[in-house]
Amino acid sequence: MNAETNVKAAKANILQGINAAIADAMEADETVIALGEDLADPEEGGVCGVTKGLSTRFGEHRVRSTPISEQAIIGAAIGASLVGFKPIAEIMLMNFTTVAMDMIVNHAAKLRFMSGGQTNVPIVIRTMTGTGFGSGGQHCDYLEAWFAHTAGIKVVAPSSPADAYGLMRSAIDDPDPVLFIENLPTYWAPSTAPEKGHRVPIGKANVLAEGSDLTIIAYARMIQEATPAVAQLAEEGISVELIDLRTIAPWDRETVVASVAKTGRAMIVHEAVTPFGAGAEIAAVLNEELFGKLKAPVKRLGGAFCPVPFSKPLETAFAPQTAGIVAAAKTLVGK
Amino acid sequence: MSNRAVPDAATQVEIYRRMALIKANDERSRKVIMSGRLVMPYYSPRGQEVIPSAISVNLTDDDYICTIYRGSHDQLAKGLPLKDLWAEVAGRVDGTCKGKGGPMHVTYPSKGIMVTTGIVGSTMPIANGLAWASQLKGDGRVTVASFGDGAANIGAFHEALNLASVWKLPVIFVCQNNEWGEHTRYDKTSNVRVADRAASYGIPGVRVDGNDPFEMYAVANEAVARARAGEGPTLIEAMTYRFFGHVFGDADNYMDKARKAEAIANDPVPRYRAKLIETGVASEDQLAAMEADIESQIDEAVEFALASEFPGMEELKRDVFAEEMA
Repeated sequence: MNAETNVKAAKANILQGINAAIADAMEADETVIALGEDLADPEEGGVCGVTKGLSTRFGEHRVRSTPISEQAIIGAAIGASLVGFKPIAEIMLMNFTTVAMDMIVNHAAKLRFMSGGQTNVPIVIRTMTGTGFGSGGQHCDYLEAWFAHTAGIKVVAPSSPADAYGLMRSAIDDPDPVLFIENLPTYWAPSTAPEKGHRVPIGKANVLAEGSDLTIIAYARMIQEATPAVAQLAEEGISVELIDLRTIAPWDRETVVASVAKTGRAMIVHEAVTPFGAGAEIAAVLNEELFGKLKAPVKRLGGAFCPVPFSKPLETAFAPQTAGIVAAAKTLVGK
Repeated sequence: MSNRAVPDAATQVEIYRRMALIKANDERSRKVIMSGRLVMPYYSPRGQEVIPSAISVNLTDDDYICTIYRGSHDQLAKGLPLKDLWAEVAGRVDGTCKGKGGPMHVTYPSKGIMVTTGIVGSTMPIANGLAWASQLKGDGRVTVASFGDGAANIGAFHEALNLASVWKLPVIFVCQNNEWGEHTRYDKTSNVRVADRAASYGIPGVRVDGNDPFEMYAVANEAVARARAGEGPTLIEAMTYRFFGHVFGDADNYMDKARKAEAIANDPVPRYRAKLIETGVASEDQLAAMEADIESQIDEAVEFALASEFPGMEELKRDVFAEEMA
């Protein structure tokens, strides 16, 4: 998106982008179905209203509210997907995936391989998360690394309404399971509205700003922290290339490695805790590919290694912020 | 249950054929493992032959099953070809899953064998999804989820039965209660019958002698009819006994010897065989010929499997996703 189209373009928020993507997919393909807690309109279309209007439009047989039974939700999605349906299963909050891990990791991710390709599991698992609303230790973790560590499942995390729409359409089209991570605190942030039918390819990063001194790789809400950091750093004469990863698994190695080969410096920013996080994998690959060409060690900025705290100052300090990104960038470039 | 379905003569013989196939295949599996020609984790279904044999004659190839690591009886009864099975458990490329799944993950969609899982309790939630698909399509298919008594104590059991009830899904939950959850007796892990738990979900729950082909047939027939008619799920607790330890090679010292001897003395396979002859439904010669035919089919399958190639290393990159891994 550029400034010109921004002026005229209609506005939408991420929540609306996801809703529109599901609606357009359901309209185009009657095998697209959705299930999850509170999903249908009598239950107000989800706790945040992401699926509002869908059951009224497409029927409660296709947009189905479920008991609070995460294993049953993912199991039902898997079973229906084995015989021709494209289910979108909502696990309300990412922490609740923990009670459905057997279904996700042992079954959704593995059935294609274990069956020698005879079956596949084209499901989308929607889940929301993110710090900032004072939810404490069990409602806002970023657990993407667990899933990215599992062969057989893709993981995406959009940061804008257009990407949310385009990635959701691609996730629904995909013949394999896709975990679709929605950042709850930024659901309502307005930006350019998505174009109907637009697809954002899974596995393709987006270079949001070009630069020459340092590459910052981030995703989800961290884009909103990194964007002002890039502007501040520019004022201080530091040119930053900002990459929105968009897909965590399989991540866009080509774009990231090419960028860091150019800038010679890299910083990965994510809300998930730093140890063993996605940043560790990216840093390892950058070292494997660019050892000797790097001008500084690859930097990781992630959440503090503790459960997400409730108390506001602690919660705020838990996740990376603009000021911390600026400071770390200056250290990396030696200013 | 006043109008209990009774299998006709041809069906009675067919149930026996499936039982004899399962028994012979189990005996051969243990023999081949002992010979050292094949290495695999093996969970014997010996003693549980009646359950899938009497259920599957009520199903068509289009109906779905989900079963577990102790599942070769369910798979064979549903029509899995012996060659595909043996090549799979031998890890060969001609196996149903190209050797990539193995004995715990045998899959054969053309006969409705959709999922075989190594995780206790995981057949039920997935079976619901298959049944939901049938409900949406209105295709009249039925899904059978098999599991053991141990799986009745896992949360997934509760979640799945509740959802199936609320959504009125065409699914049948078949608990093969062989008295043992791994090394622990059922009565040490639950104070109630599995079938009685159906009341908690407002669905029919039936405990049946799973070693009696006629009883098993009648109960399955009713559950299948109910599911096909859109009347919802049934929980069947089929009582049986596991003749061997949990996994082949386990010394089974935890199993009461007298109880085990009693169960083996009441082996349902020869018992039913004798009944078919006694009632004039089949002759000794007919059944002997059938058994000989099964043996020669197994001979052929074993040799086919062991002569088949192992999958190539490129298979490590295939079937992780639709597109091959880099």
